[in-house]
Amino acid sequence: MAVTLYVPRDTTALALGADRVVARLERGARARNVEVDIVRNGSRGLFYLEPLIEVATPEGRVAYGPVTPTQVESLLDAGLLEGRQDHPLALGLTEEIAYLKRQQRLTFSRIGLTDPLSIEDYTSLRGFKGLERALALETQAVVDEVTASGLRGRGGAAFPTGIKWQTVHDQPAGQKYVVCNADEGDSGTFADRLVMECDPFLLIEGMTIAGLAAGADQGYLYLRSEYPLAHAVLDEAIARAVAAGYLGDNILGSGRAFHLEVRLGAGAYICGEETSLLESLEGKRGLVRAKPPLPAIEGLFGRPTVVNNVLSLAAVPFILDQGGQAYADYGLGRSRGTLAIQLAGNVKRGGLVELAFGTSLRELMEGFGGGTRSGRPLKAVQVGGPLGAYLPESQWDQPIDYEGFAAFGGVVGHGGVVMFDDSVDMGEQARFAMEFCSVESCGKCTPCRIGAVRGVEVIDRLRAGESRDKNLALLTDLCDTMVDGSLCAMGGMTPFPVQSVMQHFPDDLTPRQAVTAGGTTC
Amino acid sequence: MSHSASPVADAWTPAALQAVIDAHRTRPGAMLPLLHAIQARFGFIPEEAVPRVAEALRHTRAEVHGIISFYHHFRTHPAGRSVIQICRAEACQSVGSRQLEAHAKQALGLDYHQTTPDQEFTLEPVYCLGNCACGPSIRVNDEIHGRMTPEQFDALTDELSATVVEVK
Ligand SMILES: Cc1cc2nc3c(=O)[nH]c(=O)nc-3n(C[C@H](O)[C@H](O)[C@H](O)COP(=O)(O)O)c2cc1C
Ligand code: SF4
Ligand code: FES
Repeated sequence: MAVTLYVPRDTTALALGADRVVARLERGARARNVEVDIVRNGSRGLFYLEPLIEVATPEGRVAYGPVTPTQVESLLDAGLLEGRQDHPLALGLTEEIAYLKRQQRLTFSRIGLTDPLSIEDYTSLRGFKGLERALALETQAVVDEVTASGLRGRGGAAFPTGIKWQTVHDQPAGQKYVVCNADEGDSGTFADRLVMECDPFLLIEGMTIAGLAAGADQGYLYLRSEYPLAHAVLDEAIARAVAAGYLGDNILGSGRAFHLEVRLGAGAYICGEETSLLESLEGKRGLVRAKPPLPAIEGLFGRPTVVNNVLSLAAVPFILDQGGQAYADYGLGRSRGTLAIQLAGNVKRGGLVELAFGTSLRELMEGFGGGTRSGRPLKAVQVGGPLGAYLPESQWDQPIDYEGFAAFGGVVGHGGVVMFDDSVDMGEQARFAMEFCSVESCGKCTPCRIGAVRGVEVIDRLRAGESRDKNLALLTDLCDTMVDGSLCAMGGMTPFPVQSVMQHFPDDLTPRQAVTAGGTTC
Repeated sequence: MSHSASPVADAWTPAALQAVIDAHRTRPGAMLPLLHAIQARFGFIPEEAVPRVAEALRHTRAEVHGIISFYHHFRTHPAGRSVIQICRAEACQSVGSRQLEAHAKQALGLDYHQTTPDQEFTLEPVYCLGNCACGPSIRVNDEIHGRMTPEQFDALTDELSATVVEVK
């Protein structure tokens, strides 16, 4: 009987050589006359262990990692094909790895277990159960379930998903749309990518349920062009879902329709902002629209549109299958359910950690992350993407929830946690925040377009040691102007990381001997 | 080892260009899919595409130019056989991407948006490739590489220079 092996095929596993590991495994098994069946599963999200090899045994899957191609032979010699556990890379039963075992995986319950493109695998683990239930309910009851879950948008703004769906639901019948925001532009985030590459039917199911609830028969998935693998996986998954009757004109014989198409972005961070995204989908430059009108009332091509982040939509199948209350049972305060935390940057054990709201950053960065990869002390952490503040140690014990973080100027955002050790120059980070805004601003309003360019100049002057008090006052004013005078959060929040550096790491804004001011421009 | 071969670009001809345009023009919001299709096929968006796209989608030429220049992904000149994108975003900065970036520019003798005279490499910045737990990250055509050091970068570019000849 063939031995079943699993080697992930997500971007990170591939970036670390998973294909070469597979080639060596195949060769080594052949040389030993053992028949192997190598499943290219999704990643479990334990990136510090990638490439991770798993072997099916009667007790469950056992794991080995992180495996470099040159270690495969020694693993085979040490009995990997029989699941023996003597090799230094042996990790025991995958499910017992503490990093995984301590998580609360509701949205990511299936990643890494399945072949991402197998509908059979998907349905064997309750896949499409949420859709089946939604098809049996009135549209209002579907919306009610999502409202009861307390789910709030995971794309950044944390707006209640149920209210958004209700608004679109309540618009007069006619053409409506569901748009999935898969622009995932924040540095330090990869959870959307994991859903798309490792469990694409989950997103398809979530979008289809949204379509049924809102009365929309067309969905667009706006995917950033930086994710070529997700693109290929999604296209194939959609084709298979159509062929199997989960998408199309007659979903599971219900007579109801939902069509889905992937549209590629083109390397513009601002197109993650929902109105810019809609402009882009319509074929225009991604200039941010003034709100109102809300996209829920006048969205894509002027029609009522649900715009949701990948993770918001991916939470929905669980909510429909298990009930809104089952989701709401997790969480803290007004932040219900689980948050997909992404441990990134200078971290020893980076990866995806799905937990109910309420854990502290310290527990995440030290308990899960194991501190920095460099082994040096942690200095700062940027949570919530490039528009999020840099948090000093005094703020690491705060339980994570939307309101609690907002109270001290923190941003939960899309859940990215980017760690920096004590070699970081925070002045350079502040400068980069302004530089990024100057590169990515849509250009519609002056405080953002011009302010960011001025911001870089002022920070350069500060770091060169020119008129410190005057330039600090100038930077303070500039930040206030951007916060107050910008149409969207790009200009409105770029000051957050800058202000946090001014407040918590002021020494880094003074001249440094070794460092010449400025990074590179592009 | 399968480094994604350079996107095999066809030399553009007016007829081929028109065929791409005709294949996409009727889609709702056709502009981006159309520009992507042109770039995927020919490697860049030739100047001659602008009036044709404008006519097909009932835009002015200025509007089409404006759209192409708004998006960092679109290019109006041919790229090298290997397009190397270096992630400049924060998570990669925290593990040394600034040094990698400086090294890459020096090793290839390029600044961003430039191509080597032998048309082998084009260097581009990128802001996050979704590999933020295992940076520094770079993308070479459609393949992403993690935990990239200057030494590995040199080995990779050497290998790419050696394989381009075999690709065709
Ligand atoms: C500059 C900027 C970038 C954004 N980028 C993203 C993004 O990449 N993905 C995302 O889902 N939301 C992003 N958002 C938030 C969206 O505007 C919007 O709130 C979200 O798509 C709504 O979906 P949700 O309610 O499910 O979160 C961004 C917002 C701003 C201001
Ligand atoms: S704040 Fe910046 S990105 Fe947002 S609308 Fe204004 S110019 Fe555009
Ligand atoms: S920040 Fe470099 S891959 Fe995300």
